[in-house]
This record gives sequence, C-alpha cells and structure tokens, in this order.
Amino acid sequence: MNMRQQMVSTVEGVLRSDVRTMLLLGDIGVFGFRNAFEAFPERVLNIGILEQATIGVAAGLSLCNMIPIVHSIAPFLVERAFEQLKIDFGYQKTGGNFISVGASYDYAALGCTHHCPGDVGILKNCPGMEIVVPGTASEFDTLFRRTYANGSPTYYRLSERSNAMSCDVSFGKATVIRKGEGLTVVAVGPLLDTVLEAGKDLDITILYYTTVAPFDAQTLKDNAGSSKLLLCEPYYSGVSAADIQAALFPAPVSIDFAGIPFRFLTQYGSCAEHDEALGLTAGRIRSRMQRMMA
Amino acid sequence: MKNLREAIVVAAASAGEGHIPSALSILDILWVLYDKVLKIDPLHPTKPDRDRFVLSKGQGALGLYVVLAAKGFFQHKDLDTFATFNSILGGHPDRNKIPGVEASTGSLGHGFPIAVGMAMGLRVQRSSSRVFTLIGDGEANEGSVWESALLAAHHKLSNLCCIIDYNHSTDRALLVGNIAAKFGAFDWECISVNGHDQNELLAALTRERTNRPLAIVARTVKGFGCARMENNPEWHHKAPTPEQLPALLESLR
Repeated sequence: MNMRQQMVSTVEGVLRSDVRTMLLLGDIGVFGFRNAFEAFPERVLNIGILEQATIGVAAGLSLCNMIPIVHSIAPFLVERAFEQLKIDFGYQKTGGNFISVGASYDYAALGCTHHCPGDVGILKNCPGMEIVVPGTASEFDTLFRRTYANGSPTYYRLSERSNAMSCDVSFGKATVIRKGEGLTVVAVGPLLDTVLEAGKDLDITILYYTTVAPFDAQTLKDNAGSSKLLLCEPYYSGVSAADIQAALFPAPVSIDFAGIPFRFLTQYGSCAEHDEALGLTAGRIRSRMQRMMA
Repeated sequence: MKNLREAIVVAAASAGEGHIPSALSILDILWVLYDKVLKIDPLHPTKPDRDRFVLSKGQGALGLYVVLAAKGFFQHKDLDTFATFNSILGGHPDRNKIPGVEASTGSLGHGFPIAVGMAMGLRVQRSSSRVFTLIGDGEANEGSVWESALLAAHHKLSNLCCIIDYNHSTDRALLVGNIAAKFGAFDWECISVNGHDQNELLAALTRERTNRPLAIVARTVKGFGCARMENNPEWHHKAPTPEQLPALLESLR
C-alpha cells in the first residue's frame, strides 16, 4: 500500500470512528474516496478548486468543533492558501489537518507549477503549525491517528516514494536508527533509505525525523556523537538548520546539507533523474559523509 | 447611536489609531444585529447554540467593540485601552482575546469563508443556529469572497447571511458595480436596503428565509454620522488629534 492508498484507508477510519471529522477534497482523490462519499455524504465533500476559501471554510468548521481534513496537491494547499493557514489556523489557534500529495518533484514531468520543494520551509514560518513527513504508509497511519484531533493545525506531507521498512515512530519524537562517532546524520521522511544505503559500514549516528515541527531537540542533544552533522531533507535544504543549531548550542557544530538546492527546477523527466541531478543519490550522499569524516 | 459614535471617535483619538469611518459605516448594522437579531448571551458568549457573527471587514473593529461593550460582552472601560500594548482590543478583532468575537480578521477575504465553514458545520450538527457575516465592498475585490459566494450557494446554506457594507469607498480603485446582481448571479437571495435605516435593516435581517443563502446589500455612507468624515478619504485610517477632537465630537449626529 502506498501513502495515498493508506491516506484513504486511514481517513476513512477516522470518518467512521469520529463524527466530528469532515473531509474536504480539492477535486483530487475523488475516486479513491468513492466509498467515503457514499458512507458519509454530509462529511465528505469535493469542495472544488478554490484553495483559499477551502482553508477558511475548514477554519469555520473547526470553530464549530468539527475536525477538518483538507486534501490537495502541495503547491495549491500550502503556497496558494498560506495566508489562510497562517491567520485562520496558526494565529487563531484552531485545529485542522492538511494532507498534501506531490511532494517536491513527485510530479516532475508536470513542471514548476506542480513542484513544491518549498512547502515545509514556508510552513515553518507559521508558529504552531505541526509538520509531519512520514517515510512510509504505515508511519502516516500511526502519526495521523495520533495527531488528527489534537487541536493544532497539522500538515502531513505524503510522498510517492517510501522507505522499504517502517520505523517505530511517535509524533514529535525522532528515532535513533543507529549510533556512531564520526558523524551525525539527520534523515527526514522518505530520504531514510537513501541515507541508510549511503552510510552503510560508516561509523555514524543516524537520527530519523518524521516530525519536523515541533523539532525534537532532546533526541538530537542526547545522541549527537560528533560536532559534524549532515542534514538530509527531501525539500529545500536547511529547514531544520536553526533548530539543530539551537539544540546543540553552545557546542560548535559544522553542518552540511543534502537536500534540494534553493532554485526553481526547470526540467521534467522522472524523480530519479532529479535525484541524480540534485545529488540526492546514495553515492553522492556517501561522498558528503566521507568528506565530513575525513 | 450618538453615544456609540462618540465612543468610537474618543477611543481612536486616545489611541492615536483606528479606522473611524469604516466603523461608523457599519454601526447601524451592528447595532440591529446585536440588539434585535443575534441570539447570543453576552455572559456566556461561547454557548454552542448561539448565533454566530463574523466581522469579515476587520478594520471596522471599533464599531464592533462599542456595540459589544454596550451589550455587556466586556466592560466599557476596556475601550479606553484600545490599541494599547496589553489591551484585548486591537486594530482588528481577535477571537482569542475578546469575548463575543468569533473569528480573528483583518486580512480581507478571510472572514466570509470562515462564516461559510461555520454554516456548513452547524448544518451537519443539525443546529438551528444562524451565521451572519459582514463584508465590505472593497473586500469584494478579493477572489476568496466570490469563492465563498459560489460555495455557499452550491451548498444551499440557508443558515447563512452575508451583509455587504456598500459605501463605495474603493470605487476609486475598482468598481464592483451592482453587487446585488452579482450575488444574484451566484444564486443567492438578495435584497438591498438603506444601511442606516434600522427598521429596514431589521426587516431584512429577520425576513423569512428560503433554501438559499441571503445577501443584504446595505447602502451606507463611510463615516456616517460625523459630518466632517462622511465620504472623506482623508480620514480612512487617521486618528483625531486632541485639537481636532472637540470639533469632531460636536459634529456627531
């Protein structure tokens, strides 16, 4: 089961078990949720292609003690409606769930309008916004069930790509994958498998983050085995850099980044081609690790 | 009403801040709503079965504040703190600070969609509560206003009423023309009233509802009741100096 299929199953589950939930689809996922439309016609709406109003509507639902779940493609959900997310949810302190697909260049061939490597960085500028980046379908299920009704706005970033194995994840907690001396690697969501392959046989600590905000500083503080750190993020590089610096302060820390460089992606093709072009392959990340450990 | 107008002008003068003409433009509408229409207990303003009012044109906040104070949602003396550092009353309404405020607004085009969501949620909950929102004609430049109008009509939100404060203040930028016809084209029930005639407003706000959302186009004068400010763009976001204040208060109707 991929993450999108898991989303349908998980959300159908909470629609069934919690009458406060209401699903708003931005005219995507309609076929996937066909059973939910039939089972819960009042609480599952294909709301249309109007993202700004949709987020406002979701806030209104939340203010009436409903639990909105909004689903659309990342650039439209986050970038077009950011001010509504910021004011109607962040500032107002209302609870809601925002599930995107089309992470970074998942829709590589569709071009810049459908790329969204900036979503996590943008949402980090909304105080109180929780950001969840699962690495597998099962991890999404665990994290969504834990957070959907917690009264906070939460963004779930689904990806077409998943790690091979799920980890035992908890909301707001990083997972210690392994411990070593030469380098600390922070791997986010679906980049974990690439990092594991890159770091095979190397004496490194690998910490796995599926919650980007709030950032789990304590696990990093307790486990950073080196003053050298490689931050591996599947979106524009450096989103968690300030959190890392703050967690380790006043210790000196040298950070390198493996992520998407801060520029528009002007090519099409496949995700694998973009990975190669951007250096997000196991081989290129291993080279960065070795350079830092030298 | 003169006392309320005076309270608006004095609060703005004390703070050196405020959108006085916007507040005066909507004051009659707000008074009729809170005095005669809305079912809200000022002492229990979060009771689930209350009606909701969302001031989408948040810059009219001073108008809302003087009405909420007059109705006992908070103390009149709180108006003296308007826009000061620790006040609950800022230049735009904040739901987390002010009893009776349902949504934090100020960025135009936000409150109306929130009101649509409230109307949807209340209907799912089989609530008989009603939702009212007040937008400005300048606010109607925003795309989210028309997204909301489309949504509300599509979902036949008969528990929703949108009042449009049509004071023509942004005609200089973009003509919105016949707003009633535009809402009508979106399949809303529409009526147009004198926004300073409280009897007309009351009749419109309490009329028997159809299965469609209701738009009330309130023809208003920006700065109404203060002769020196009426339709005078100089005063849009300007507080009176101590020297100007006596003459302004004198000119209030």
